[in-house]
Amino acid sequence: MTSLRSFLVMLCIAAAQLPASQARAAEVVAATAANFAAAMARIEPGFEQASGHQLTIVLGSSGKFLQQIQQGAPFDVLLSADAERPELLARSGLGVPASRFTYAIGRLVLWSPQPGAFSDGEAYLKAGAFRHLAIANPVVAPYGAAAQRALEQFGLWAGLQDRIVRAEDIGQVYAMAGSGAAEAAFVAYSSVLAGGKPGSQWRVPQNLYPPLKQDAILITRAQNNPAAKALLDYLKTPAAREVIAALGYDLPAP
Amino acid sequence: MRLEVALALRRTGFTLELEEALELAGITAVMGASGSGKSTLLRALAGLETPDRARIALDGTVLADSAAGVILPPHRRGIGYVFQDARLFTHRRVLGNLRFAQSRARPANGAPAPALDEVIAALDLAPLLDRHTDGLSGGERQRVAIARALLANPRLLLLDEPLSALDLKRKAELLPYIRALPARFRIPLIYVSHAVEEVAQLADAVLILAHGRVTARGEVHAVLESPAAEAVSGHFEAGALLRVQVLRHITDFALTEFDLAGQRLTLPHIDAAAGTPVRLRVRARDVAIALHDVPDTSIRNQLEARVLTIDAEPAGAYAEVLLELAGAPTQRLRARITRESVDRLHLQPGQPVCALIKAVSFDRREPGDERG
Amino acid sequence: MIGTQDMTIDLGPVWLTLRLAGVAVTLLLVVGTPLAWWLAHTRTRLKPLIEAVTALPLVLPPTVLGFYLLVLFAPGAPLGAAWLGLTGETLTFSFSGLVLASMLYSLPFVVQPLQAAFEAVGRGPLEAAAVLGARPLDAFFTVASPLAARGYLTAAVLGFAHTLGEFGVVLMVGGNIPGRTRVVSIAIYEQVETLNFAAAHVLAGGLLAFSFAVLVLVYSLNRRFPVHAA
Repeated sequence: MTSLRSFLVMLCIAAAQLPASQARAAEVVAATAANFAAAMARIEPGFEQASGHQLTIVLGSSGKFLQQIQQGAPFDVLLSADAERPELLARSGLGVPASRFTYAIGRLVLWSPQPGAFSDGEAYLKAGAFRHLAIANPVVAPYGAAAQRALEQFGLWAGLQDRIVRAEDIGQVYAMAGSGAAEAAFVAYSSVLAGGKPGSQWRVPQNLYPPLKQDAILITRAQNNPAAKALLDYLKTPAAREVIAALGYDLPAP
Repeated sequence: MRLEVALALRRTGFTLELEEALELAGITAVMGASGSGKSTLLRALAGLETPDRARIALDGTVLADSAAGVILPPHRRGIGYVFQDARLFTHRRVLGNLRFAQSRARPANGAPAPALDEVIAALDLAPLLDRHTDGLSGGERQRVAIARALLANPRLLLLDEPLSALDLKRKAELLPYIRALPARFRIPLIYVSHAVEEVAQLADAVLILAHGRVTARGEVHAVLESPAAEAVSGHFEAGALLRVQVLRHITDFALTEFDLAGQRLTLPHIDAAAGTPVRLRVRARDVAIALHDVPDTSIRNQLEARVLTIDAEPAGAYAEVLLELAGAPTQRLRARITRESVDRLHLQPGQPVCALIKAVSFDRREPGDERG
Repeated sequence: MIGTQDMTIDLGPVWLTLRLAGVAVTLLLVVGTPLAWWLAHTRTRLKPLIEAVTALPLVLPPTVLGFYLLVLFAPGAPLGAAWLGLTGETLTFSFSGLVLASMLYSLPFVVQPLQAAFEAVGRGPLEAAAVLGARPLDAFFTVASPLAARGYLTAAVLGFAHTLGEFGVVLMVGGNIPGRTRVVSIAIYEQVETLNFAAAHVLAGGLLAFSFAVLVLVYSLNRRFPVHAA
């Protein structure tokens, strides 16, 4: 239902865009993973100034974007929260394989809004002095899958089953912990930075979970859109990389 | 039964204010034009309206005393109420409606509640018991409503224009049932109506309301002859009641002859034994005046009378002549004739005349139910 | 994890959802009745205000409502703390919390039909019952509520159906814990998200068929006890 509604919204946006994009062909509609919202907002003015193109950001979950692109949604670029969906698009011909690249690498942190709740997250998790631990739904969200993997490495996954609460996306996870409903949560470091509430943070060691590669891809329908290509190129510039790093992401080697 | 009632009740554009002590026996009618406050008075008695100020006592039992902070809710007043629209419970059949009341009957002043069978018989409900209420005719509904009210064993039964939604034929069918209630169930009735005909046929005593105040009260004949009654009914309906007795039946012509203090009246046949007291209602517009009896006319009923007063409308065409019947000074008639006729006949108070009666309506009463 | 056509279908969420909808609607009918009654009979000038408040769940996006409820139910908030102290269980991420959230979310769907039904019954039959000696509660149970039976039926069906289909609020407040707060709408969502359409179809189809059967049953019952039951 929600996805249908956002699809309709998308259609409206698309309808509003169509005549303009035909006229100037210098606009790019970027389907952007929710966790990258803050970064994208900072990147937008720089891109528009540097390229002269116009950027429209549509936020949502990568899974929904995939479905919508499969149904012909009018996106030019997908900035996914994972690597799998762009790959799927590339394989199915809906995305341009050569355009695919990793624009950011997510960083998983254990976070509590309560300052001083923990400094060693592993010890905190093993002590288990919490009622609820929020994660993104591993079935749906890469950060959730990463959190599951980390918990499995600690040998805590099975035992915590009825204390783990699963949210739809990383934003909801942040809200669950931020409201105090869950004492701690596995969130994106970028969310913590954007939320402005340091609380307690523990960076989950990178060896505990597969890298949270966030890949971008050019959608086939936009392969002749200069603005779309310009955006993907801009994400690789030092100016963009500086912003991305500042907002809590790791970066692939240039 | 003594009903003391003092009320003040203000609604937008309307004030009801009265203070009365009534001896309730038989049927007491409350009359008034629409908007006069008669239904509001009834609702206040039953506890369905909350007056600004009230003291209501029934045989000394206080039902409401706003000064003392006592306001009994309707379900504790022991007053039955028959609504204009019957208000039967549509989710129950007729018997279910009756049982609803029966199971909640209260011991009113120690008197046991009437038996279900007796009430069903009194209102001829036996064929209706299994019917849905929405399949009933208007008259049937009101009979069920009355039966239901009786089964709750009230000390006093209020009827709020129960006949107003019915056509003439149904009204005529229902009247005898209502008339029989006080004697059969030993309960006084207060009956709200704006129809003089109905009141004349049913009531023993009358209270007239106009603009939220009592303008007349007393025995039915006296009040219905009063100007206050005219204010309710208008000149067209004004008239008088005559008390007569059945003398004999003239079967060949389907007529019945009545005695009125030695004078004779002949009317269409009614089914009553000789000697039965009957009340007749004669409207002023149905009475003509002649100086002598008139043999060669179709008007059979001609009564000797004497002019008491003549009220002429100052600017109108009509005058109203109050007549006293010969041999029965307490029995009076009103005649509505033109002022021109008054002049032409040289009518004056004290003058003997002949009253020609063009039409009457019956008000036969059970012998034992006759109350002065 | 994407595109695996896993056909093992866990029916746990189905039963949980039915239990949730059943409990929430039952409680809502109990709580909604006095509220609807009051709204139907009050003469206060505040009535439009209260009516607007009860209708608010209709306009708030579910995830927004869910977020506010999460804040309200959190163990640190007064309500959440009181509940925790009383029951030893948090209101968030628990079945009780889901019930409460569903009640709030489905409130207008229950209160509005009841209010309309009570307004349609009016004061007339209640006055008639009162002058026959029925106390107010007696009159309510023996006269007003049977006469409002259709309204109860509509309220129960709408409330139940609405709770069945709810997603955003239960996801936020419930936390999608298998066996405890994972309801069928979330289960379907997960299947769709993982492109496991076969399982999603089975669950969605089952939900649809079940709801349809309930509605047909209810509406055919409704025809049988219209204005005069008993």
